[in-house]
Amino acid sequence: MTAVQTIGTGRSTGGDEPAGPTRGERISALAQQHGALVTLVVAVIAASLSFGTFLTTDNLGNMAVSSAFLAVVALGMTFVIITGGIDLSVGSLFALGGVLGAWGSRYGTLVALLLPLAVCGLIGLVNGLLIARARLAPFIVTLASLLAARGILLAITHEGATTYLVDDTSFFAHLGQDKLLGVGVPVWITVALFVLGAVVLRRSRFGQYVYAVGGNEDAAALMGAPVARTKTAVYALSGVCAGLAGALNAAWLVSGVTILGSGMELEAISAVVIGGTLLTGGFGFISGSLVGVLLLKVIQNVINQIGSLDSAYQQVVSGAFLAAVVIAQTWLGRRRRML
Amino acid sequence: MTDLALRRTSYDRDRLLRLLQEYGVYAGVAVLILANIAFTPHFLSAENFRTQAVQVAPVLIVALGMALAIGSEGVDLSVGSVMALSTSLVSLYLGYGVWIALITAVIGGIVVGVANGSLIAFIGVQPIVATLALMVAGRGVALVLLPQLKDIHDPGMASLGSGDVLGIPYLVLIAAALALVVAFTVRRTTFGRQLLAIGDSRPAAQLAGLPVRRVLILVYVCSGVLAAFAGVLASARLQASDPTSLGSLMELSAITAVVVGGTPLSGGRIRIGGTVAGAVLIQLLTATLIKHDLPPSWTQIAQAVVIVLAVYAARERGKR
Repeated sequence: MTAVQTIGTGRSTGGDEPAGPTRGERISALAQQHGALVTLVVAVIAASLSFGTFLTTDNLGNMAVSSAFLAVVALGMTFVIITGGIDLSVGSLFALGGVLGAWGSRYGTLVALLLPLAVCGLIGLVNGLLIARARLAPFIVTLASLLAARGILLAITHEGATTYLVDDTSFFAHLGQDKLLGVGVPVWITVALFVLGAVVLRRSRFGQYVYAVGGNEDAAALMGAPVARTKTAVYALSGVCAGLAGALNAAWLVSGVTILGSGMELEAISAVVIGGTLLTGGFGFISGSLVGVLLLKVIQNVINQIGSLDSAYQQVVSGAFLAAVVIAQTWLGRRRRML
Repeated sequence: MTDLALRRTSYDRDRLLRLLQEYGVYAGVAVLILANIAFTPHFLSAENFRTQAVQVAPVLIVALGMALAIGSEGVDLSVGSVMALSTSLVSLYLGYGVWIALITAVIGGIVVGVANGSLIAFIGVQPIVATLALMVAGRGVALVLLPQLKDIHDPGMASLGSGDVLGIPYLVLIAAALALVVAFTVRRTTFGRQLLAIGDSRPAAQLAGLPVRRVLILVYVCSGVLAAFAGVLASARLQASDPTSLGSLMELSAITAVVVGGTPLSGGRIRIGGTVAGAVLIQLLTATLIKHDLPPSWTQIAQAVVIVLAVYAARERGKR
C-alpha cells in the first residue's frame, strides 16, 4: 500500500505540496481504489434479490471455479500493466497451456503442470526479451506471440483435430475437480497465488521495481533499478500464469480444449483495468484485479440467469461497462492531477 | 583515415537499413512471387491472381483505415467487430435494396467511429482501451441483431461479390480506388497533414492550434467506415452474413499489414503503398504455405516471425 500511495501522490502533486492529500483528492483516490469493490457489492446484492438461484452453493461454486482461471491470467497481467506494458498473448498461452497439460497428464501430474509452465514461461520470456532488450513495442511483440502460440497449439493438435483427454482418475484431474471444504481446489490455488502475488508486489524489492519502471522508466534506471530485467521478468511471469491457468482449466475439464482462450486477453485486461490499475503504468493493485474478475463473472452470471437474454448481450454489457469504468477512471485521474 | 572510413561504413549501414525498411516489403513480395513462379504449379494463371486479389481486398480496405489510426499514434481494435456489425445490418436491411443496406452499414461504421473517437479525443482514453471496449460491445450488438449465419439471396449483392470489369473483379477495383483515395488524403489534404502532425506530437499539434479533437474523431470515423465497407464486400463475396466469425482477428491482420508496410507505430508517418504491399505479402505468404501443403498452423507462426522482423527493422530507424 505504501508503495502505491507514495508513487500515486508523488505523481499527482508538485514537490512543494504541503503534507497530506486534500479531501477531494482523498475521495477520488478512494473511488479509484474501491469503486470496483463497491460496484461488486451492489451487483451481488441486486443479483441475490432478483434471482433466488444466485446465492445457491452450486451457482456460487461454479462462478468461483470459472473465475479462478481468468483470475490467474489477470494476476500476471496486473504486473505487466503496472510496468506500463500489455500482454495480448495470454489467451493463446492459456489454450496452449491447457493442451500441453492434457497431453502431459499421461506422464504424470508433475509433467502435466511443469510442461505448460515451462513452455508458456519460455514464450513469455521471449516476449520480455524482445520488449526489454530489443525495445520493441509490447503491443506488437505479444500480438506476434499470440499468433505464434496459436500456431504451435494447432501444430501439436494436428490442426485442432486431436483433443487430448485427461484420465479422470489421475491426480491431475483430482486437482482440477476436487473440493476442499466445499470449495474447488483451483479456487484455493488461485487465492494462494493472489496472496503470494500481493506480497511480492507490495513487500519485495522486485515489486518496488515493477512500480518504479511503470512510474517513470528513466527515473527508475537512474535510481539503479534493473529496468530491462524487471520488464523481462513480468512478461515471463505473465506467460507462466497463463500457462498454469490453462493447465488447471484442462484438469477441471479433463481435456485440453483447443478453441478456448480466444478473447481472454481482452477479458483479463478489462478485469485489471476495472480493478483500478492504470494502463499508463505505475499504479495498481493485485486485489483490484480479483475484484474486476469477480465483477465480470457476476455480470455474465446475471445475464445468463435472465433466460431471454443470450451471450450476445453479455458482450454488449461487458463492453459498455469497460467503457464506463475507463471514462470514470480517466476522469478521476485527471481530477487527481489537477488537485 | 580510420575515422573517415568508420563514419563512412556506419553511414552506409544506416542507409542500407533505411532502404531495407522502406522497400523491404516490396522486396519480400517480389521474392515470394518469384519463388512461387519457380516452385508452385499453376501460379501464373489469371484464375489464381483473381483468387488472391479478391481475398486480399477486404483486408486491404480495413488496413487503410488502420493506417490512418496508427499514423495518428493510435490503433483501432474494433474493426473486426465493425465488419460483423455491418454484415448484420446488411442482412437486416437488404429487403429495402442494396443501396439502403450499404448506407445503413456505413452509418453503423460512423457510429462506432464517433464513439471510439470521442472516447479518445474528448475523454483522453488510450486508443487501445477505447477501441477494445467497442470491439467487445460491437460484436455483441452484431450478434443481437443477427444471432446466426444467414444466406444472402440478392442479385445486386451477388454481382458486387463476383462481378468484374474487363476481368478485374469489382472487389479489387473498389479496394484499389479506396487505396488511391486514402493515399491522396494523407499526402495532399489539410486533414492528412493535420493527422500526421497529431501523430508526430499531440501536444505540439495542440499548441499549434490544430483542431486535434475533430481530426481524431474523423480518423476513427474513416477507420469505421472503411471497416464497414469491408464487411459489406466480404458478405457479398461469401453470399452470406456471418456475424459470429466475419472479421474475427481482422484487427491483427490489418495491423500486421500496416506495420510490415513500414508505417511506424509511433505515429506521424503513413505509408499507403507499403500497406498495400504488406497486405499482399501476408496473403501470398499464407497462400504459398497452404499451396505447398503446409498446415495453417505454420502460416500463423510465419506471420508472427514476419511481424517481429518488420518491427525490428523499424526499430533501428526509430532510434536515430
